[in-house]
Amino acid sequence: MVELSYVDLVIAAGLVLVLALLSIRLHSNISKQLVIAAVRTAVQLTLIGLVLKTLFANASLGWVTLLAFVMLLIAGREVMMRQERRFRGWWGYAAGTLSMFLSSFAITLFALIVILGEDPWYAPQYAIPLLGMLLGNTMSGIAIAMDRLTHAAWEQRDIIEARLMLGERGDAAISDYRRQAVRSGMIPIINAMAAAGVVSLPGMMTGQILAGAPPVEAVKYQILIMFLIAAGTGLGTLVAVSIGSKRLFDERQRLCLDRLRQP
Amino acid sequence: MSKAPPLLQINMLRRLMIGPVTLAVDEGDCLCVSGASGSGKSLLLRAIADLDPHEGQVLLQGEPAAVIPADAWRTRIGLLPPESSWWLPQVKNHFRNGMPVPLDHIGLSGDILEQPVARLSSGEKQRLALMRLLSNRPQVLLLDEPTANLDPDNTRRVERVITEYRRAHKAAVIWVSHDPGQITRVANRYYEMREGGLQARDIEGRQWLN
Repeated sequence: MVELSYVDLVIAAGLVLVLALLSIRLHSNISKQLVIAAVRTAVQLTLIGLVLKTLFANASLGWVTLLAFVMLLIAGREVMMRQERRFRGWWGYAAGTLSMFLSSFAITLFALIVILGEDPWYAPQYAIPLLGMLLGNTMSGIAIAMDRLTHAAWEQRDIIEARLMLGERGDAAISDYRRQAVRSGMIPIINAMAAAGVVSLPGMMTGQILAGAPPVEAVKYQILIMFLIAAGTGLGTLVAVSIGSKRLFDERQRLCLDRLRQP
Repeated sequence: MSKAPPLLQINMLRRLMIGPVTLAVDEGDCLCVSGASGSGKSLLLRAIADLDPHEGQVLLQGEPAAVIPADAWRTRIGLLPPESSWWLPQVKNHFRNGMPVPLDHIGLSGDILEQPVARLSSGEKQRLALMRLLSNRPQVLLLDEPTANLDPDNTRRVERVITEYRRAHKAAVIWVSHDPGQITRVANRYYEMREGGLQARDIEGRQWLN
């Protein structure tokens, strides 16, 4: 692998700087955001690089678990912030975080222990990137599905209540919107799988090839990851939508829209 | 021998600005309620159907709502909201239990069932929503202005169908209406909703009859 020097990075940063100067000349106000985002990239990635370096040097289960939970909690917050009408209070955070925990953690553990079988199974070179990719993708799926569900409950409240008035239970009255929500959560990964290799070269595979891995090996890893992401997103979305659609009704099967935050 | 409990008993019901409302409704009763808009008539009906949290107790044949599952409660106490909702493409998809009465009794022809919901007029929707509710065979009907979108002929038809249903099934009806003529035609008890409470009124143009 060609090793990058800091000079190489400065040259690349120069490109961003040129772009920023150009946008100032064009009176577009994007330059400030552009520079801030570029600085954030450099700082955040350097920090995580240092964290990973330390972690690889001290590959203990405790540290890996700690980092995994920090990642989970940040992803949980992200899921919550992406929903316009999220659940009020503790639920708004817990529904997404719990479903990500159940799906991403379970799938990552399964892949580490059953499929990869590295010794020790929690080897951070595998565990952390794998969990990161799973969290990143289930996060979008869950956020989209929950947003869709709560939005539909709000928009279609007359229909849902009309069905309750005719003696349906809450889960039956919301079943159509539940299905739609799961579907929208799954669409991105289905599209990504369909386009992989034809329209897009997935990032992880590209990275491995750049690092000198044989393309066929890199492809095998990419296929594994895609399948894990699909399973994780599907599982996470189903769990999140189940929790959400239960929480929309109380024990007397009333639609409880006051449990949703107003945008 | 102790007297059988009333079909519907409402005890100290409170919800937002409504209440406390205490009321007993017997089999065959048709109780009309009128009142200014915003006086809480619809909220009262929603609370009886247990669609909103409320204080106090509602009992059906002596059984409190808490011991009857919510879906069974709302099958037995059917609420007809002022605006009907339809969620399947075709009219007939919404009728799984068949028609409670022939459609010509409410001035509709049978082929309306084959139509897409989108093509229905508001009056047709209102009458079909009543049919859909009656096909559940509720013991108590809570009707929120069920003839608001209808012409006089169809209003009379709907009144007749509801009265026949009430007699045939020994049902009770709580009927929100603003039309004094209608109240005279259908009600045996009449209340006005005021300041959150129900006040008994005489039925206009008619001596007490039961």
